[in-house]
Amino acid sequence: MIDYLAAILIAAIIIVGALFSLVAAIGLNRLPDLYTRMHAASKAGTVGSGLLLLAVGLHSGEFAIFIRALAGFVFFILTAPVSAHLLARAAHKVGYKLSPVSLQDDMNKK
Amino acid sequence: MIAPGLIVDYASVFALLALGLAFLLTVYRAVVGPTLPDRIIALDMLVGIVIGFIAVIALRSGYTLYIDIAISLGLVGFLATVAFARFILARGAVGEGEAHDFRGIRAEPVTQPGLENPPRAIKASKPAKPRASRRKEAK
Repeated sequence: MIDYLAAILIAAIIIVGALFSLVAAIGLNRLPDLYTRMHAASKAGTVGSGLLLLAVGLHSGEFAIFIRALAGFVFFILTAPVSAHLLARAAHKVGYKLSPVSLQDDMNKK
Repeated sequence: MIAPGLIVDYASVFALLALGLAFLLTVYRAVVGPTLPDRIIALDMLVGIVIGFIAVIALRSGYTLYIDIAISLGLVGFLATVAFARFILARGAVGEGEAHDFRGIRAEPVTQPGLENPPRAIKASKPAKPRASRRKEAK
């Protein structure tokens, strides 16, 4: 019984992670703007790959491998916002415009 | 009832299909993406999807050493994105119509007058006279 529960939990984590990655890719194509695409790529994409890593750690059943997978997940969660913020800041500083749909740009006051 | 190993197997096959679709969508954005930062974001996203691929392959094959490869790939992707951001900062503005900036310099004068006409008209009213006098002196 425990076997089935663990398998169903791992399968659910795998499916949710893959769907998060798919949603991130769809958002990357559907959103109008660099600054909004960054949300899809850095949030949903990170959670997708992180959940898949977590599923591997759970499936292996060994503590050392689970800790390693968890360390990878934490590493991605730490680095994704940093890189996305750096890229958005550079793009805004250089002068890439927001899409006309967006209402206000708080960084534009000089 | 299905064996517990088979449930995980089906889920991983579904994950491979979904990740492949996501990969193709992201490659489309990287090819089409109108500006350079769009392509860089798509590249960052590609690294994330490949990490998911590696995780699923590690789960299917049982070689958990793949997790270390995924971590090092994430490190390389992070460094690449940071370096690209510094490159955008160092390169400066190229122009709004970046879709055709690789075809040559001709894209610049077409896109700029529509954007910069109002500020130039205000500034150009005063220095317009000295320019005319310079031309007269030259003649």
